[in-house]
Amino acid sequence: METTTRSSAVRDGLGVGIAVGLSGVAFGAAAVTAGLSVAQACVLSLLAFTGASQFALAGVVAGGGSLAAGAAGALLLGVRNGLYGLRLSGLLGARGWRRLPVAHGVIDETTAVTLAQPDAESARTGFLVTFVSLYLTWNATTLLGALGTSRVADPAVFGLDVVGPATFLAILWPRLTGSGPETRTLRTIAAGGAAVALAATPFTPAGVPVLLAAAAVLAVVLRSPR
Amino acid sequence: MTVWQAVLAVSLGCYALKLAGLSAPRRVLDHPGVQRFAALVPVALLAALIAVQTFAEGRALGLDWPRTAGLGAAVVALLLRAPFLVVLVAAAAVTAALRYAGL
Repeated sequence: METTTRSSAVRDGLGVGIAVGLSGVAFGAAAVTAGLSVAQACVLSLLAFTGASQFALAGVVAGGGSLAAGAAGALLLGVRNGLYGLRLSGLLGARGWRRLPVAHGVIDETTAVTLAQPDAESARTGFLVTFVSLYLTWNATTLLGALGTSRVADPAVFGLDVVGPATFLAILWPRLTGSGPETRTLRTIAAGGAAVALAATPFTPAGVPVLLAAAAVLAVVLRSPR
Repeated sequence: MTVWQAVLAVSLGCYALKLAGLSAPRRVLDHPGVQRFAALVPVALLAALIAVQTFAEGRALGLDWPRTAGLGAAVVALLLRAPFLVVLVAAAAVTAALRYAGL
């Protein structure tokens, strides 16, 4: 029984890790299209290792915007990994120095696989397998995508400029497709965030509109009675 | 700020945020404000990023038909419950095909 749940955790982890890891090729391509060097794309995948933040920074570099605002937006997106860490810390039971490598793996995909497991043992297995397979695949394909794109004269011909927004949409999608009042709130917030960002675009450097959208939403949320 | 500085700041900051979450005391998670913030802010950020990266070039707003259609293809793929990678490939393929057709 225990071996069955553990082997299904391994299967979940490998499936998610390799499938999502392969989209590192899209990040490598988008980063070089945006004007990052191959080395900068690879450093982000190795050290930041959280797709949405990486794509967000690349987008600001592409828009020739404020790098400080772009970095702040990327970090704000990274806050959700901290919240995943809060949820996973009891489950993963990593203490002392072990927390240092484990922390690097706390992202959307590893959290989803870990929380889907029926017991703590397979949760730990699922986390480890997803983390390792995703990390290796994501970094290898980032390098491939970046190197390949750096040899292409005009990457927009391959439609690579749509990969960033499509990635964000795929991450956002499950939060908007539920039912009930909470989903309605989330849809309103998504529409409001997009509207604020577009309205601010002509007046502020790239990167700033996204921060303004988050700030506006936060202000509304804090003021409205719960 | 140079691009390298931004790359390193994002890299170190993202790792620090992950480590902070794993190391924080458990009662932080029980705070309702933290949970609300956790649920709402990524939604606003992601929606803003989709809008800006689709409809803006620097400070100019505009409608790039191939890119918009590519995002539409991503929506269709998501409605069909396609895997993550298929969603990205569908979006890029539609955008590339329309550009090739000279739209």
